[in-house]
Amino acid sequence: MAAADERLAAREQAEVAVTQHRWPRPAITLLSLAVVFGIWELCAPLINPVFGSYPSEIAMAFWQLARTGELWIALGQSLQPFVVGYGLAIAVGVPLGLVIGRFRTVEAALGIYVTAGYAMPLVALVPLLILWLGLGFWVKVAIIFLMSLFPICINTWLGVTAVPKSLIEVGKSFVATDAVILRRIVLPATLPYIMAGVRLAVGRAVVAMVVAEFFTSISGLGAIILKSANNFETANMFVPILLLVVLAVGLNSLIGFVERRVAPWQAEIAGRDRE
Amino acid sequence: MSEIDLIDLSKRFALKVDGKPQIVHALDGLNFTVRTGEVAALIGPSGCGKTTALRIAMGLDSASSGRVTVDGRVVKGCGYDRAMVFQHAELLPWLTALQNVMFGLELKGVRGELLRETAMQCLDLVGLKDSHQRRPYQLSGGMQQRVGIARALAVDPKILLMDEPFGALDAQTREDLQEQLLGIHARTGKTILFVTHDLDEAVLLADRVVVMQHGRLQEIVTVPLPRPRTDLAALRVTPEFATTRYRIWQALHAAAGTVH
Ligand SMILES: Nc1ncnc2c1ncn2[C@@H]1O[C@H](COP(=O)(O)OP(=O)(O)OP(=O)(O)O)[C@@H](O)[C@H]1O
Ligand SMILES: [Mg+2]
Repeated sequence: MAAADERLAAREQAEVAVTQHRWPRPAITLLSLAVVFGIWELCAPLINPVFGSYPSEIAMAFWQLARTGELWIALGQSLQPFVVGYGLAIAVGVPLGLVIGRFRTVEAALGIYVTAGYAMPLVALVPLLILWLGLGFWVKVAIIFLMSLFPICINTWLGVTAVPKSLIEVGKSFVATDAVILRRIVLPATLPYIMAGVRLAVGRAVVAMVVAEFFTSISGLGAIILKSANNFETANMFVPILLLVVLAVGLNSLIGFVERRVAPWQAEIAGRDRE
Repeated sequence: MSEIDLIDLSKRFALKVDGKPQIVHALDGLNFTVRTGEVAALIGPSGCGKTTALRIAMGLDSASSGRVTVDGRVVKGCGYDRAMVFQHAELLPWLTALQNVMFGLELKGVRGELLRETAMQCLDLVGLKDSHQRRPYQLSGGMQQRVGIARALAVDPKILLMDEPFGALDAQTREDLQEQLLGIHARTGKTILFVTHDLDEAVLLADRVVVMQHGRLQEIVTVPLPRPRTDLAALRVTPEFATTRYRIWQALHAAAGTVH
């Protein structure tokens, strides 16, 4: 009986899946990519190699840079500060946002800095940071940290203020302390907002990474871009650019995956119902 | 076990209507007592202050004046001597039914095997043992409400405060749960105060029915039906049931009459 039920359930879920996406979505995406790259390749004869490049030439440049190891070393130099800076931004931004959102006095005291940090163009601080921290690893970390901290913090803060009062009262009715309410009710209720902030911040963090490398121009993918541009090696320039695109898109879907794992109820409540 | 007194309870809400400040008197000198081991029903027209009274009794809200005492001690905030069943269940959407029931127990400090066992027993009591792994959005409204009841029962409060606990249920489940509640009361002797809009339910479950109007006490009607009450269907056809029901109806009618 149970086995039959299970089979029935599996079939129904499969049917739901089929009616939801008549065309498997990855196939549509791949097709679209193939068309765009195909047209780009066909335009090759029209492209001046100083001002542009095309897929097959970029692939060759990629092979060269990959074979000498230059690309992978640069990728490592970019990713290490990225991971540290972005990780720190999550580790600091989420608790900070929770506390600002939950306690009025903290909001009054610290909210202004977060709002200001979110609204101002932080790039303006880069020369100052270089003065303080030099041109090495830590200046990159600082720039990435600063540019991803504020979207995470402000989203968490916003999420906390949207937590229904009635859920907090459930905690109160069972005599929960402020700390327990924060950890066991406010934090999970805010998770969808936090994840939105983390997703927003990933784009900013990639920008920050490249900006930092343009300013310091010693290492990383950003340095390859600058160096290739100065030597008019345009195909070489496209390699790190495309790698950055792949990196950013990959990180985004990774976050989407984490999102569905940590807040599965959210998708159910929001009920993605669209054509 | 415990007695709960609501003494001269008043509650004013300040709100703005079209930019003009306005005061709502949700409670206006409400007085009544639920004695140790008694079941009391709170009934009255919509907006008369039933939920407000219950929230203050629970300690979720503070009174503008007056006080609530449990066994003579003034209530300040929530405590494990009381538990609340909310009008709209209010389950935590990220937890399963079982975890929701365990939530209050964990906060109370229960750990290990006992935690899970007690929670399962309470879910079993409301007939949801088989659905313990589902999350709230996978439960019907009535099932959610039953999880809310199990969650309150789990912490073993002396006083159970319930805001329209069976309002969202179908007739069959409703009767089942009414019998369950009578059973729980017979076994544990808990003091129970519940809000209802259903006259039959008030008479069948309660020892006394508190009729409210405009934030005040209108009348307290004593229910002469003997305990234990096991056969609810049979009770419904007794003359005592009919006369008590009629007296409550009259009290409500008088309450409604004063509105105009
Ligand atoms: N937070 C609040 N702010 C302003 N007014 C409120 C608030 N809570 C309740 N009221 C008002 O107080 C009065 C009593 O509300 P309450 O919720 O206690 O009614 P009730 O008897 O539970 O009604 P129902 O049977 O519809 O649930 C109503 O007029 C309501 O508008
Ligand atoms: Mg109410």
